Amino acid sequence: MTADMDAQQLLGLYEQMAVIRGTEQAAHDLFLAGLVKGTTHLAAGHEAVAVGASAALRPDDYVFATYRGHHHAMARGASPEECLAELMSKATGVCKAKGGSMHLTKASAGMLGSYAIVGAHLPMAAGAAWSALLRGTKQVAVAFFGDGATNIGAFHEALNLASVWALPVLFICENNLYMEYTPIGSVTAADHPAADRAAGYRLPAEVIDGNDVVVVADAVSRAAERARAGDGPTVLEAQTYRHFGHSRTDPARYRPAGELEQWLKRDPLEVARARLAGLGVADAEVEAAAERASRTVADAVAAAKAADGADPAQAFTDVWADGGYQWRT
Amino acid sequence: MADLITYRDAVADGLAREMRRDPSVVCLGEDIGAAGGVFKTTVGLLAEFGAGRVRDTPISEQAIVGMAMGAAMTGMRPVAEIMFSDFLACCWDYLANEIPKMRYMTGGQVTVPLVIRTANGGGLGFGAQHSQAVENWALAVPGLKIAAPSNPADVIGLLAAAVRSDDPVVFFEHKGLFASRGETAPAGHVVPLGQAAVARSGTDVTVVALAATVPIALSAAAELATAGVEAEVIDLRCLVPLDMATVLASVRKTSRLLIVEENPYQGGWGGTVASIAADEGFELLDAPVRRVAAACVPLPFADALEDEVIPTVAKVTAALRALLDY
Repeated sequence: MTADMDAQQLLGLYEQMAVIRGTEQAAHDLFLAGLVKGTTHLAAGHEAVAVGASAALRPDDYVFATYRGHHHAMARGASPEECLAELMSKATGVCKAKGGSMHLTKASAGMLGSYAIVGAHLPMAAGAAWSALLRGTKQVAVAFFGDGATNIGAFHEALNLASVWALPVLFICENNLYMEYTPIGSVTAADHPAADRAAGYRLPAEVIDGNDVVVVADAVSRAAERARAGDGPTVLEAQTYRHFGHSRTDPARYRPAGELEQWLKRDPLEVARARLAGLGVADAEVEAAAERASRTVADAVAAAKAADGADPAQAFTDVWADGGYQWRT
Repeated sequence: MADLITYRDAVADGLAREMRRDPSVVCLGEDIGAAGGVFKTTVGLLAEFGAGRVRDTPISEQAIVGMAMGAAMTGMRPVAEIMFSDFLACCWDYLANEIPKMRYMTGGQVTVPLVIRTANGGGLGFGAQHSQAVENWALAVPGLKIAAPSNPADVIGLLAAAVRSDDPVVFFEHKGLFASRGETAPAGHVVPLGQAAVARSGTDVTVVALAATVPIALSAAAELATAGVEAEVIDLRCLVPLDMATVLASVRKTSRLLIVEENPYQGGWGGTVASIAADEGFELLDAPVRRVAAACVPLPFADALEDEVIPTVAKVTAALRALLDY
């Protein structure tokens, strides 16, 4: 997938992004309605990073994401229904309601987890890339992470080792300007927290528009090609913005007035619409895609609501590979 | 007489046996390649299996264990070495939050078949940051299996079981035992995880031990035997799965239980053994359950000080005498 992707491909990506956006809005509403417990970290605004990257990857490539990872699970093939069911503690949840919002995983689609300890999954992605290299499969592994992860040790250990071993791994930072509630710039000695660090590990890096699905697909495609050719890792820093606060009902009052509005003008869905118009796709066709997305989400919400709650017996399965939890005789 | 082998050579032999058997077994860690390991426990592996399967890493414990996890999730059986078990603290996130939880929190979607080998325990005068017995750290985390062999044949047999396990295993090699010798293991030797061994049969008192406390317990038992007392020494071999059936069967016979552990009394694994014995073996006991454990202080450097803190033959002998006199 490159910058000259055709209109129908782009329309498909637009619809995928619209489904993710609608699912995130539904997750927000269900949380406020008391049907989602715990916490959520919504990725509305980040859709182009997940959908663009996924479009550029092979189905058997590996993806590791963060606790803000609903978009990556869905972009790799988890259904909105099984994701919402997971958030709603339903038996049909993608992780049998044992993971929750922060741990959406779809291993059968190569989506190997959402990790809630910041930065922990970067070495794992490097390890999956090492495994691919040893098995000679030409698969690549991708770690998506937030700007906040660039200040934790695992980020630096992973970049160094992945570079030294020339592993087929992509490190993709979703820089949304805030580590939780604090502006990343105020706690980081680099203008571009991921990309500026790459040179220290002899890695190529690129700062890209994370709200343009075509730009993301293009950059990931090039980086994946390098990785498959044996030329090692790439760091991509995708500039984006989260439309909601950090988590739950965070109103994000720490954001300066007008900032959200400025970013909404570059909403990934609007950017894609402008590109579609430029490719001559009729408004009606785009509207039809948006409506299909709305129906997909509405059906998913209805199905998740109707599903059975988690089976209490599941509390005692899946600790060990034999399915059980026995720890003593 | 069977061939004798050192505990340290048994580690390298055990790894080599598994690497020959299964090409998905790979090793990574600091100084494990050309240097053969800081304790010489990986000597010969680089020469036999090459740099692709025996990889030196930087001093990056999070990357070592995190990469092992990623590789384990995608079809390999990595064996990661953390040079000193004290350094597990540098990558504890992976042992506490990532490796043991991934299978469970994904509803069984992911399997993490890896081994983390590490040199554990005191007795060599390495001071407070290189001498700790930290097997109780791992015991605090549901989802990890824990092996800690006391002799060369068990090193080979338990390592085989650990590598073949589809569950993550933390494998504690005891620094104080590396130079010790014992019979080697026959080809194909596997010691299943969670099966304790009766290291010495006896009828008067049960001593439960692990790794380096097994030879200490055996020495104490030999001393008592001169006074006509027969102690039964049980080598737990593993903390998870914990073979309490073997312990309770022995207590049924002896009615007395002493636990000898090198980790601190405070939070040590003997507390778990004692609590199960008190709960399920209360009516079998004729005396209180006693523990000889490390004192609750950091490990001191000088031998004269370290001996004050960790279990010794003299302490175990004294504890046994007191228990028998109860």
